[in-house]
Amino acid sequence: MREITYLEAIREALQQKMREDDSVYLIGEDIAEYGGAFGVTVGMLEEFGKERIRNTPISEEVIIGVAAGSAMTGMRPVAEIMFSDFITIAMDDIANQAAKIRYMFGGKARVPIVIRTAGGGGTGAAGQHSQSLEALLAHIPGLKVVMPSCPYDAKGLLLASINDDNPVVFIEHKLLYKNKKYIQHVPGEMYEIPLGKGDIKRKGKDLTIVATSFMVQKSLDAAEDLKKEYNMDCEVVDLRTLRPLDIDLILKSVNKTGKLACVEEAPVFGGFMGEVASQVTEKGFDMLDAPIIRIAGRNCPVPYSLVLENEMIPGVERIKSSIKKMAGLSQGKE
Amino acid sequence: MEHEDIIKELGKEKLIGFYTKMVKIRSFEERIRFLFLEGKMPGTIHQYIGMEANAVGVCSALQKDDVIASTHRPHGHAIARGLSFNEIMAELYGRTTGCCRGKGGSMHLGNLEKGMLTAIAIVGGNLPIVVGMSLAFKLMKQNRVAVSFFGDGASNEGSFHESLNMAAVLNTPSVFVCENNQYGASTSIKKVMKIENIADRARSYGIEGVIADGMDVIDVYIHAKDAIEKARKGGGPTLLELKTFRFCGHSRRDPGSYIPKEEKESWQRKDPINNFKKLLLNEGLAGEDELDDINNLIEKELDESIIFAQESPEPAPEDTLKDLYATMEVPE
Ligand SMILES: Cc1ncc(C[n+]2csc(CCOP(=O)(O)OP(=O)(O)O)c2C)c(N)n1
Ligand SMILES: [Mg+2]
Repeated sequence: MREITYLEAIREALQQKMREDDSVYLIGEDIAEYGGAFGVTVGMLEEFGKERIRNTPISEEVIIGVAAGSAMTGMRPVAEIMFSDFITIAMDDIANQAAKIRYMFGGKARVPIVIRTAGGGGTGAAGQHSQSLEALLAHIPGLKVVMPSCPYDAKGLLLASINDDNPVVFIEHKLLYKNKKYIQHVPGEMYEIPLGKGDIKRKGKDLTIVATSFMVQKSLDAAEDLKKEYNMDCEVVDLRTLRPLDIDLILKSVNKTGKLACVEEAPVFGGFMGEVASQVTEKGFDMLDAPIIRIAGRNCPVPYSLVLENEMIPGVERIKSSIKKMAGLSQGKE
Repeated sequence: MEHEDIIKELGKEKLIGFYTKMVKIRSFEERIRFLFLEGKMPGTIHQYIGMEANAVGVCSALQKDDVIASTHRPHGHAIARGLSFNEIMAELYGRTTGCCRGKGGSMHLGNLEKGMLTAIAIVGGNLPIVVGMSLAFKLMKQNRVAVSFFGDGASNEGSFHESLNMAAVLNTPSVFVCENNQYGASTSIKKVMKIENIADRARSYGIEGVIADGMDVIDVYIHAKDAIEKARKGGGPTLLELKTFRFCGHSRRDPGSYIPKEEKESWQRKDPINNFKKLLLNEGLAGEDELDDINNLIEKELDESIIFAQESPEPAPEDTLKDLYATMEVPE
């Protein structure tokens, strides 16, 4: 069985979809000859030509506006915003245009765009190249927000995102792209993972961990250690899509375990897991036998120094110690 | 004025100063390239090799209390503006003695006390800020100027166009220095712009657009000085385009293979340091020995800065949340 990386899975989804559907085209900075800042679109110019692998000036606002406009008149663009931090420049076209057009016109238009972007830190790239801005995006009605954690999900979710008739922000994680540790069997044919469906990445009965993107992988590592060291069985729920949110899957798990730890990379204040926590309290208060905890980024920009960055972004050790403390296994410092 | 007259007017000391600063930048960049490859520093770096005349020419025309704003490629600007090797090197090593106490790193170098805003790594991000800084100088009736450095690529961002127009109507003492190194990351400027000269864009906003040879420190200096002094006297903003080239990849991981060999070689013949060195020697303004001494001193200073950085403390995890909000103490 062939195993491929997260990056290869994303590229394969794009290639296969583009072979099938002429209305799909890519637009972004340095995506043609260069193959994108992270190499996702390497080789695609040669196959699809420069009309469909569209290099642009450095103009994020217009990249998204062009994608949205062309989507309304018949295309299915996949736009690339190199680092998710630069999404802020395109925010008018995302928040005020793409997300609202359909609703404001009484459902008489559709905006099938995908905005692919690389998020997250852990790369020593400091405050303007490391952010996790998903909560800003998930807050906006009309947008869908997807954050795959592994190659299999990346391919299926990207295909579903392109096929979706709504604007979808598809946030990839830089540390997953080429990481051989996370290579996986990915079917050669096209398949979709429906947006709005989470996934149990590890079964367990003692405690539920809900996580997104790279934090799913860290949570899985933490769960393995907790099993070995304390015979504690954590269930790891991967949200896969933030909006729509698969709250039923989370509730089902919490109903079994009675305990919920939410893990995310973004600063905890106003983070997306606040939404998860409040929905679980609203809908499943009786299931909980401990307060929900959030293990998340510190409330500051991502710092450059590795010492500080490691402190800002939750690592396996912090996830473990926070969960141990919650479960009454230790007086962890969190 | 002719070049020869200008050389006379500038005088030996100033010209040797230009040379020293340019070599400082080049030597610094050459040195840290290896340190990076050895994994001594996190993140990435965008290097300034080939572009030294720009930063040195412009910054030499500034006064002490003027301010510059830089980009993701700030090492040259920082050195030209007078930041020390120590504070830059320590920042790249992520140490508390760095100019941003290890929180900013390569892409955010700066020191306001020395007239340099922490660099902004969002392409086009510093232009609005520079309009604001220079507006403040105007409102406070201070005789100061703010300078924005940015690339050819940045001139395609909306912020460039809006800032030039805003500066024009507010008549701020701003100078917009576009370092046109022909590429924005891997993309040749010819593919993303239908005009030859970025300076032409100034006309749309009713300000002056000027072109200088970014491989010639004297030409840069003369044109920068004109623009800066005009701004200082209330004459408003200028767009100064410097035609230049980077002899390295866009960032550490980029070998720059999209640059045609002939193009690279034709620019390398205009190497701003080699040619300026020849000029100094030919004009009898300096001897080989004297210039070698300068180079050696710089190498020594670099050695020391690496030791300084390596021996400086790392920040403590407790520092993570420090400096997020202003305290009640208002700094001067
Ligand atoms: C808003 C924004 N878009 C994209 C990037 C990624 N990026 C960093 S540098 C760069 C190229 C910039 O080109 P130019 O302005 O010509 O400056 P140069 O690198 O040539 O000095 C790009 C696309 C960014 N940092 N910010
Ligand atoms: Mg450039």
